[in-house]
Amino acid sequence: MPISPSDPTAPHRDPAAVPYDLAVVGAGPAGLAAAVTAAELGLRCALLDAAERPGGQYYRHPAPGLGAARPDRLHHHWPAFTALLARLDTQVRAGRVDHLAGHHVWTAEPGEPWRLHAVVGPAGTGSAVVEARNVLLATGAYERQLPFPGWTLPGVVTAGGAQAMLKAGLVLPGRRIVVAGSGPLLLAAAASLAAAGARVPAVVEAGDYLGYARTPAALGALAANPGKLAEGARHAALLLRHRVRLRPRAAVVEVHGEDRVTAVTVARLDSAWRPVPGTGRRIACDALAVGHGLLPQIELATELGAPTRTAPDGAVALAVDERLRTGLPGLWAAGETCGVGGADLALVEGEIAAREIAGRPVPTALRSARRRRRAFADLLAAAHRPGPGWTDWLTPGTDVCRCEEVPVSRIREAVEELGAGDARTVKLLTRAGMGWCQGRMCGPAVACLSGGGPARPDSRPLACPVPLSHLAEAAPRPSDGRS
Amino acid sequence: MLTQPSHDVVVIGAGVVGAACAYYAARAGLRVAVVDRGPVAGGTTGAGEGNLLVSDKEPGPELDLALLSTGLWRDLAEELGAAVEYEPKGGLVVASAPAGLDALRGFAARQRAVGVQAEEIPADGLPALEPHLAPGLAGGVRYPQDAQVQPALAAAHLLRASGADRHLGETVRALRTTAAGAVCGVVTDRRELAAAAVVNAAGTWGGEIAALAGVHLPVMPRRGFVLVTEPLPRIVRHKVYAADYVADVASGSAALQTSAVVEGTPAGPVLIGASRERVGFDRTLSVEVLQRLAAQAAALFPVLRGVAVQRAYRGFRPYLPDHLPAVGADPRVPGLYHACGHEGAGIGLAPATGLLVAQQLTGDPTALDPAPFRADRFKVVGPAGTEPPVTDRGEA
Ligand SMILES: Cc1cc2nc3c(=O)[nH]c(=O)nc-3n(C[C@H](O)[C@H](O)[C@H](O)COP(=O)(O)OP(=O)(O)OC[C@H]3O[C@@H](n4cnc5c(N)ncnc54)[C@H](O)[C@@H]3O)c2cc1C
Ligand SMILES: Cc1cc2nc3c(=O)[nH]c(=O)nc-3n(C[C@H](O)[C@H](O)[C@H](O)COP(=O)(O)OP(=O)(O)OC[C@H]3O[C@@H](n4cnc5c(N)ncnc54)[C@H](O)[C@@H]3O)c2cc1C
Repeated sequence: MPISPSDPTAPHRDPAAVPYDLAVVGAGPAGLAAAVTAAELGLRCALLDAAERPGGQYYRHPAPGLGAARPDRLHHHWPAFTALLARLDTQVRAGRVDHLAGHHVWTAEPGEPWRLHAVVGPAGTGSAVVEARNVLLATGAYERQLPFPGWTLPGVVTAGGAQAMLKAGLVLPGRRIVVAGSGPLLLAAAASLAAAGARVPAVVEAGDYLGYARTPAALGALAANPGKLAEGARHAALLLRHRVRLRPRAAVVEVHGEDRVTAVTVARLDSAWRPVPGTGRRIACDALAVGHGLLPQIELATELGAPTRTAPDGAVALAVDERLRTGLPGLWAAGETCGVGGADLALVEGEIAAREIAGRPVPTALRSARRRRRAFADLLAAAHRPGPGWTDWLTPGTDVCRCEEVPVSRIREAVEELGAGDARTVKLLTRAGMGWCQGRMCGPAVACLSGGGPARPDSRPLACPVPLSHLAEAAPRPSDGRS
Repeated sequence: MLTQPSHDVVVIGAGVVGAACAYYAARAGLRVAVVDRGPVAGGTTGAGEGNLLVSDKEPGPELDLALLSTGLWRDLAEELGAAVEYEPKGGLVVASAPAGLDALRGFAARQRAVGVQAEEIPADGLPALEPHLAPGLAGGVRYPQDAQVQPALAAAHLLRASGADRHLGETVRALRTTAAGAVCGVVTDRRELAAAAVVNAAGTWGGEIAALAGVHLPVMPRRGFVLVTEPLPRIVRHKVYAADYVADVASGSAALQTSAVVEGTPAGPVLIGASRERVGFDRTLSVEVLQRLAAQAAALFPVLRGVAVQRAYRGFRPYLPDHLPAVGADPRVPGLYHACGHEGAGIGLAPATGLLVAQQLTGDPTALDPAPFRADRFKVVGPAGTEPPVTDRGEA
């Protein structure tokens, strides 16, 4: 079993050695919790992550050289993270966890054992194959983007990207930043931006927060998650203090500026997210941070045919059972891959999965914590599900696919005149989604514009680009005399 | 009971073959409807490459069909313009060793006798044609008639140009027959379409449509993978592949075969394909296949070692045991026509197939003898999986 040469802490292992008991893909909250729990229960684990440092999306922290004194100011979960890191360190030293940083897994081959193929190193120059009897997919989520006129202008950033920039490098995307889109991340992003010194004239939320509390079940889910309420209240208080206006049921329908954002137009939305004519209002700003929730990053599993479910926010997530098994033997999932639900839920699921894989009992409290948090996540998800009317704010010239520069008009032509009826065919006929990001950015919009029925997982046979030389060098020698 | 049929012909399948059938039938003055359970090009057409090859075919009925298609594609390109990304770029088949070159030379001579243009290129002539080709090759043969289209665009534009009524997203569940047993329409999950003729252009699923008419047609899936690189400047000019591939023509194996055909595309990415395997409809990515394709491409073009593979895709070629398509009237069922089973050459063979079917529908003389493509040529054998070993034929 090859071990990353880039990891000096990895103890030497014989290439013919037995496979790991567990390989965890993703070192965010879910993956970290799973790896340390499993190792503490005696399993030999590999923890792989594309990033150089552990933490995933939530526990982002400034690179050591940046001199950021107090990363903990940016989130209150810092102690939980440092505790996890300390446990990881112990397990790494004890030789029970190999932390394979900088390993981007591009495909998983099912079997006994499973084989994970990874591109290694920041430049992707190395390669590794990791064998394990169980694989836990904790690959998190990425941001859902919906296009609007002007979204390609410099100064428009993603809400999560703004968060990440702030956490990792402590830079602001502008001085006066409108935060827009939908989802709980917006409040968190606005709060961090304001706390870091930016002026946030408005948080423009397309959904309806009141929707959270519409049904008795919803109220129950809210009451069962006091921590979440407290978090929301903390954000709200902070936003109030910084005089940030919250505009629910509204959206940025246009961005203004020549070579950089100078203002945005915000319009009211009806319940289907259609902009209400005549309600547009200009807000001056030099940056726009926009996001429409998160989408689980699950192609490693869906390419193998793992069953999925459509979450209440319309996102496709892996379907798992109570034990966090996917539909494929030996493949488990935890955290955002099972449906976006936040860092707390990810921690709980990571621990549950590890215990299940180790064949240990799962405390009832852990199981009920999971159920409670999932219920809350589903509640949020439903309130922020994009309404079908959002496409009304597009103009024919709005680029949908930024990589291949495909405007709305070309997509409509493919659907209305050429007979494309789903995202895949639109992609074949227009190249939307064929560029560098492989449809991660335009996928939801293209699916929506092509009217292809219920959401389906995007096809992405390679989770990341793979140097051709890696493939070529690993090719089996021809045994039959053919080249 | 009989309603006035609204169409002369219903085509089942909106892949490139169904689209070509619709196009030529409409051009012959017939009223055409096309039904597909998915969108246009949602089947194998959207999962293949667009090589229009004569170079890989030995003299015989398939080459005749390919040669007919070559001219038809040229005409179509004039009508449909740049929309289908037609590129008459020519093929280049190279041999690494003198023995391979001898075999290739003999093969080309036989092809020339039936009208294929093939020009031998000595070793020192290769760099002028393909500057990035590996050094030390023995030589090659250039095939100027080989060309390329983008398959999904080709299907979509042919279908639009046909003006046929489209019923996309509708599955054909049954065929209607007259008391005398002739096919006279289709039943979809949404409607009935009456017509005097039905064309089975259901590709890899053509056997299922035949079964609806009560006849045997053993179309089976044959998986292929294609690697797609990051966008590159033009480093590959022709369709380039190794002669060993042609030498494989007689190998009779169900197991994995790879023979990389390397080609550039107008959008920049280089396509490397394709493998051939009989594994049913298994969609799982095969790492070994990708590795072999990459190794073969790198052996032809060492410069590709330095690029990234951005994605891969797979499709299931519709193949029949003797590797010839089923084209034309089914002698067993009046009103039923077939246009399926083109394996790895359906994009290339689509226009000739469409033309032959349209000529039969209108009772015109056919451009080619359709006898080798008759659908009743297969004996009903035992349960699935016991078919006799088959021969491989090349395609890109
Ligand atoms: C951009 C962004 C910003 C966010 N900001 C906030 C915030 O401010 N506040 C908040 O409460 N929540 C935020 N969230 C949500 C929060 O990060 C998640 O709830 C939490 O991190 C989920 O944990 P996880 O372990 O499931 O996944 P993640 O933390 O996302 O971890 C997944 C890890 O998997 C790795 N990975 C993915 N694919 C591969 C692969 N193929 N090979 C190897 N490694 C791989 C990634 O590098 C990553 O480290 C944000 C999410 C995103 C996407
Ligand atoms: C990897 C790969 C590479 C290839 N490269 C080349 C190449 O370079 N050159 C070349 O010429 N060929 C190539 N091919 C082969 C080529 O793609 C096929 O031969 C061709 O696409 C077949 O077209 P078709 O229209 O017959 O089938 P399809 O495109 O599959 O169309 C059949 C249609 O029938 C529909 N259908 C089926 N059943 C029903 C039903 N009951 N009701 C309604 N609709 C139904 C399906 O939805 C489908 O859309 C390649 C194939 C693969 C897989």
